Amino acid sequence: MLNAVNRDIPEELLKDGKEVYQGKNYMDGKYFKKDSPKTKRYVKPQETKICESIREACKKCGAHDGMTFSFHTEFRDGDYVASMVAKVLIEEMGLKDINVAATSLGTAQDIFADYMEQGKIIGAQTSGVRGRIGETISAGKLSTPAIIRSHGGRPRAVEAGEVHIDIAFLAAASSDCCGNASGINGKSNFGSMGFGIHDAHYADHTVIITDTLVDFPNSPASVSMIDVDCVCVVDRIGNVDKINTKEARLTDNPRELMMADNVAKVIASTPYFKEGFSFQTGVGGPSLAVNRFLEEHMIERNITMSFALGGTSTPICQLYDKGLVKHLMDTQDYDQGAASHIFKNENHHEVDLSTYANPANKGAYVNMLDFVVLSALEVDTSFNVNVITGSDGVLRGAPGGHPDAAAGSKCCIIVTPLTRGRMATVCDDVVTVTTPGDCVDVLVTDYGTAVNPLRQDLIQCLDDAGIKHVTIEELRDKAYSLVGVPDKLEWEDQVVAIVEARDGTILDVVRKVKPLQLD
Amino acid sequence: MEIQKVAIAGTLESSDAQVTVEPLHSGIELSLESSVMNQYGRQIKATILDTLSQLEVKNAKVIVVDKGALECTLKARIQCAVYRSCDASEKNIPWGGGIR
Repeated sequence: MLNAVNRDIPEELLKDGKEVYQGKNYMDGKYFKKDSPKTKRYVKPQETKICESIREACKKCGAHDGMTFSFHTEFRDGDYVASMVAKVLIEEMGLKDINVAATSLGTAQDIFADYMEQGKIIGAQTSGVRGRIGETISAGKLSTPAIIRSHGGRPRAVEAGEVHIDIAFLAAASSDCCGNASGINGKSNFGSMGFGIHDAHYADHTVIITDTLVDFPNSPASVSMIDVDCVCVVDRIGNVDKINTKEARLTDNPRELMMADNVAKVIASTPYFKEGFSFQTGVGGPSLAVNRFLEEHMIERNITMSFALGGTSTPICQLYDKGLVKHLMDTQDYDQGAASHIFKNENHHEVDLSTYANPANKGAYVNMLDFVVLSALEVDTSFNVNVITGSDGVLRGAPGGHPDAAAGSKCCIIVTPLTRGRMATVCDDVVTVTTPGDCVDVLVTDYGTAVNPLRQDLIQCLDDAGIKHVTIEELRDKAYSLVGVPDKLEWEDQVVAIVEARDGTILDVVRKVKPLQLD
Repeated sequence: MEIQKVAIAGTLESSDAQVTVEPLHSGIELSLESSVMNQYGRQIKATILDTLSQLEVKNAKVIVVDKGALECTLKARIQCAVYRSCDASEKNIPWGGGIR
C-alpha cells in the first residue's frame, strides 16, 4: 500500500493496527492507553542493591530466553556497557532469542553482529545503526525486521507497549548503593543521561552499571533509586574520548564553514529570528558549525536565544556563558566541555527523550522549536530526507531526533554537501525516507540553497534579504552532472528493517540489497 | 597501444581508483571492484572499456579497484596506467588525441 510519501509498504506488515504514514499530524488528538511495567515490590528495607556481578543482577531480574533488554548510548562509540551485558546474557547465561531495544547501535556494539549471525539476537529496535551491525542487518541476518524509530518515536513506542523492556541496563558515571544514578561525579563522566531516564520508568527491571560508587545519597540523581532493582560496579563503563566521534566533530573545512555561514544568513532572514528564539543543531560538521556564525547575527540584532535543544556541544555552551542563550535543554553531551557544563550551570538542564521529542505526549520541547539545522545522507526533489541508508542501500546512519525536530520546528534547514565522493546527496528519490518532505523547509548545499515550494513565506524572506536560491531540481541536475546519474538499486523481497514515522505509522521499509553482478 | 609490462596508476584513497594493467595474449580481461558498484558498476565498466578502446588497447588484463572516483578521475588513471606500461608517460603525451 502506498503511503503519504509514495512508499510501497507490504500488506503483511499492516496487521495489529499498524498503519501506513498518512501525514505528520495524522495521529493528533487520538487517545491511547499507556503500558506499564510489571514491577517488583521491595518492602523490607535493604542495606544495599549492589550485586557481585552483572550475572547476579540478571538472575535477580529474571533474565530469560526471548527477553528484551535496553541500554542508552550516551557514550556513543565509547560505550562498554551494552557489549558487557550482551556477553553475560548470551555467553555466560546461554540465553537465546534476545531482543535489543537501543537508543542507537554502532561500532561499540560490534559484538552484537556476531550474536545476530549466530541467531542469538533475533530482533533490534533502535534509533540508529552503524558499523558491522548495519551490514549484518542489511544482509538479512535477523529473523524479524529491525525497527528504526526516531528519538521521539522510541519513548512513544515504549509508552504504547509496542516495545516492552524486561531489563534496562543503564550506564551511570556515579551511583550510590541504592541506585541513585547520575552522568557526572564519577571517573567516566558523560553528562546528560537523557537517553536512559525514560527507560527506568517503563522497564520491568532497571540495573544501574557504574564505575564509581559514591556515598548515599547521590543527589541530585538523574535516575532515582525508586526505579532501580540492582547496582553493579565494573572497572570502566566507557571511554569518554570516543563520545566525540567524527559525526560530532568541529569542522575547519572551508566548504563546510561556507555552508554554515549561509545557514546562519537564512536563519537571520526569517521573522522567527527575534528576541527569545529557539534553536537546535544536529551533529554533522556543517550543522554544528552554525553555532559560531549565529553568534554574530545575534549580537548585531541584540537578541538572545530562549533555549537550545537536543545534543549539546561546547560551542552552544559558550553562547550560554556569554549570556546569549537562556536555557540549554540537553539530551546528550557530544564532548567533555558540554558534559562538564551541565549541572554546574543553573539553566543547563537534563531532559529525557520523551520530554524532548515524543509526539504522543501532551507537548514535547521540539514543538516549541523555531529553528533546527540538520544533516542528511540524501535529499530528494520532494525534500524527503534519508539519514539511515547509504546510497548503496546498506544501513549506516541514525535518524536520532531528526524527524522529531524537523516536524516540530517552524523552520527546518538541512545542510549537506551536494556530493560526497561519487554519491549525489540531492537526488530524484532517496533510498529510504526517514524524514518526510513536508517537515523540511530549506536545503543549503555548497552549490546553492533551495526552499521547499510549500514555504512561499520563506522564499519571500530570502528574496527580501537578497539571499540567492535555486530550485531543488537545479541542485539535483548539478549533482548528476558531476557524478553521473546512478542506476536504480536492485532489491530482494526480504524486508530487513522497518522505518517507523515518529507517530508509529510505517514510513518506509529497507529491503535486502541485491548486489550488482556484471556480466 | 600494446601493454608491454605491468603498470599501475592511482591510489586506494576515497574518490580515487587504482588501475593496474598487465600484458595479456588476447582480448581484454577486466576485474572490477567498486565502493559504488550497485549504483555505478555498469557505467564504470563502460568507461573503462571506452577508454581502453580510445587508446587502442586490444589485449590487456585490467584490474580496477574503485573508491568512488568521478568519471574523469577514472579515465585519467586508466590512461596513465596504459602509458606507463609502454614507457610513454614521460613526454610527448598525446593530449587531445589518445587522451581526451
